[in-house]
Amino acid sequence: MKKVAVFRKEHFNAAHRIFNPAWDDKKNFEVFGKCSNPHYHGHNYELIVKVVGEPDPETGYVMDMKVLSVIVREEVVERFDHKNLNLDTKEFGSLNPTAEHIAMVIYELLRARIDQRLDLQVRLHETERNFVEYPA
Amino acid sequence: MVYLTRLEHFNAAHRLFNPGWSKEQNETVFGKCANENWHGHNYDLYVTIKGDPDPDTGFLFDVKRLSEIIKEQVIEKVDHKNLNLDVDFLQGKMCSTENLAIGIWQQLQEHLPPSVALHCIKLYETPRIYVEYFGS
Repeated sequence: MKKVAVFRKEHFNAAHRIFNPAWDDKKNFEVFGKCSNPHYHGHNYELIVKVVGEPDPETGYVMDMKVLSVIVREEVVERFDHKNLNLDTKEFGSLNPTAEHIAMVIYELLRARIDQRLDLQVRLHETERNFVEYPA
Repeated sequence: MVYLTRLEHFNAAHRLFNPGWSKEQNETVFGKCANENWHGHNYDLYVTIKGDPDPDTGFLFDVKRLSEIIKEQVIEKVDHKNLNLDVDFLQGKMCSTENLAIGIWQQLQEHLPPSVALHCIKLYETPRIYVEYFGS
């Protein structure tokens, strides 16, 4: 049982706004500050996908990184790149697009496409200095 | 001659869009950057000034004061903003990285003391794309 972690890094950029529709603009500004700007703001997101498992005895791979790359591009980059997360994606139509929620959504999208015998974790950098991991 | 650089960060939404063109032409020229609902970036801004150190202080210019001027004249106007909609010095201009760098130069030139020579505005739109502007 010798497990190895393999990582794939991808990036996308998007506009968003942190906003609770149940609150008025004043309360949104009090809680979320300039992140609640009604005209949106944006980020270069960097995504690091971690897959853990035992190397396959025949290939030596935990997972073919080319296959992982294609899955991440299809499920994440094509869905979110150069988009407005609040307006252009069904995932965040009614879910506040915080880094935490984006990481959780990406995890579920990838989990459905990756062998269940492999462990999965995603790390999402919203800026160079702010990043989240899921599952924690 | 010494060159001194201060690094600041901001993030913003924008859209590349020429209002004189049709939707189709904008999409042909700007691709997904023309998304009408915006997208966004983390920008890194390098401001470089040049000159000779003051014999009394050893400083080219008080870098704390330089940082304050950049924050007051640039960062507060662009951070967590929509460059197309919210920024006075970009009104009527195409919100490319090139024009943003030129606009930042003009903002700073006006507010730096005459004894301080601006040398370069280097602006990263993504970790892989940046522009430099030297004032001409």
